[in-house]
Amino acid sequence: MLSLACESALAAVADAGLEMGDIDGYCAYPGGLVGGAGFSGPSSYQVIDSLGIQPDWHAAGAEVPGQLGPVMIAALAVQAGLARHVLVQRTVAESTLGLPAQSMSGGAIAGDFSFLIPFYAVSPAIWLALYATRYMHEYGLTQEQLGWVALNSRRHAARNPRAVFRDPLSMDEYLSSRLIATPFRLYDCDVPVDGSTSVIVSAAGATSGLRHQPALIESMGAAMHGRPLWDQWEDLTTTASRDAGAQLWSRTSLRPQDVDVAELYDGFSFLTITWLEALRLVPRGGAGAFLDGGVNTDLDGRLPLNTWGGQLSGGRLHGMAFLAEGCQQLWGDAGEHQVTARPVNLVAVAAGGGNTCGCLLLRRPG
Amino acid sequence: MAAWYLPIPDSESEPFWNAAAEGRLVYQHCRSCGNDYHYPRARCPHCWSDQVEWRDASGRGTVYTYSVVRQNPMPPFRERVPYAVGIVELEEGPRMMSALVEARPEDIRIGLPVEVVFEREGGDDGMVVPRFRPAR
Ligand SMILES: [Zn+2]
Repeated sequence: MLSLACESALAAVADAGLEMGDIDGYCAYPGGLVGGAGFSGPSSYQVIDSLGIQPDWHAAGAEVPGQLGPVMIAALAVQAGLARHVLVQRTVAESTLGLPAQSMSGGAIAGDFSFLIPFYAVSPAIWLALYATRYMHEYGLTQEQLGWVALNSRRHAARNPRAVFRDPLSMDEYLSSRLIATPFRLYDCDVPVDGSTSVIVSAAGATSGLRHQPALIESMGAAMHGRPLWDQWEDLTTTASRDAGAQLWSRTSLRPQDVDVAELYDGFSFLTITWLEALRLVPRGGAGAFLDGGVNTDLDGRLPLNTWGGQLSGGRLHGMAFLAEGCQQLWGDAGEHQVTARPVNLVAVAAGGGNTCGCLLLRRPG
Repeated sequence: MAAWYLPIPDSESEPFWNAAAEGRLVYQHCRSCGNDYHYPRARCPHCWSDQVEWRDASGRGTVYTYSVVRQNPMPPFRERVPYAVGIVELEEGPRMMSALVEARPEDIRIGLPVEVVFEREGGDDGMVVPRFRPAR
């Protein structure tokens, strides 16, 4: 997996029109030895050493505003003048090395996990299923509407040669897929993969001569206004996405209806629903009706959603791939899954669930 | 060796687990502002007072939300599916995660009245863990 991290770093640097020697910062999620090697990927030090980076700024950790946390840390660093071009990475090897829950069963339960794991609540699937059940109770979301998150992603994945699942998924197949933790079925859960995503966060004044017009970060959201515990979050129909989304819109004059494409985390299908509402792309409680039938979220719909196939069909690259796709949509570089029915000027990107949530608004310059 | 899914109590959480071993469900109460809360904290998260104490809960509550777990590859849960997990709202206010036992999955619903039961997990060197079953 170290080789995956190096390969994606080199590809991103070349794609940007930079050389590795230009990279003077490194950020990653979640750093080494967090949640098992398959989840954490290589240590930031392994990557920095392997690529010979001499960073003026570096940070890697898990207790940040979701998987986009290192992007925000990099943005703050370049704005503060600490670095000019920060390589930001997320690398996973969960297909070959397993998921964090599986690595947990070798260890001991300590800290606040003491109030989850002994109660048989042993995985994110279960924690988030509890949120989804409550949401369905309060807002009447149907299983079929939830399923449209997965069906929409699968439709887009058919256009993405790098996606894992590309065969069409019908509602009947979705509804007959095995239950994991009610209301989640197999296709509500993302698919573990080995992979690495790299993005380069550059200072606004350091972009001349680069290969692409930069994707500008218009605003960011990272707020978390609740108890940061799965079972103590007071409103289980939302997550910290609610606060991150509100913060994002408080820092721009643009509005939700200006968003052309949305790339919203789907570690579980329900999380996309929380993000649609948190980012005010649909009314509160209205995500199910919006998703139903898949017309609104198609490439030529009102809001093309998870255009690369998401993690449900594209693979569990853990957040950062939504940002890479958002950049490519802005650049017109997304190949077969490029949105062409409208100009793509503004993209909403979000990752995370529970209390670790972060979102970005990306726009074209000018 | 104790079962992997059981906690190693620390100085903060030890009173909770000691009480469970005695068949009591406890939560924390702030004598300064009256806040009742779950998860042991040395100071009240609401008013920062250190005048916090453990109180016995009645053990009665209602199901706030739940999930029926059908797939879990990890032992010992592999052999226990299907099982139900829920967040229970205690009569005293705090919510807590727990397994929902002695009920058919299809009988569990939001709002179901439940009561605490105590089960030993992990055999002789294991621990007593609070669970909830439908109120009788
Ligand atoms: Zn208090």
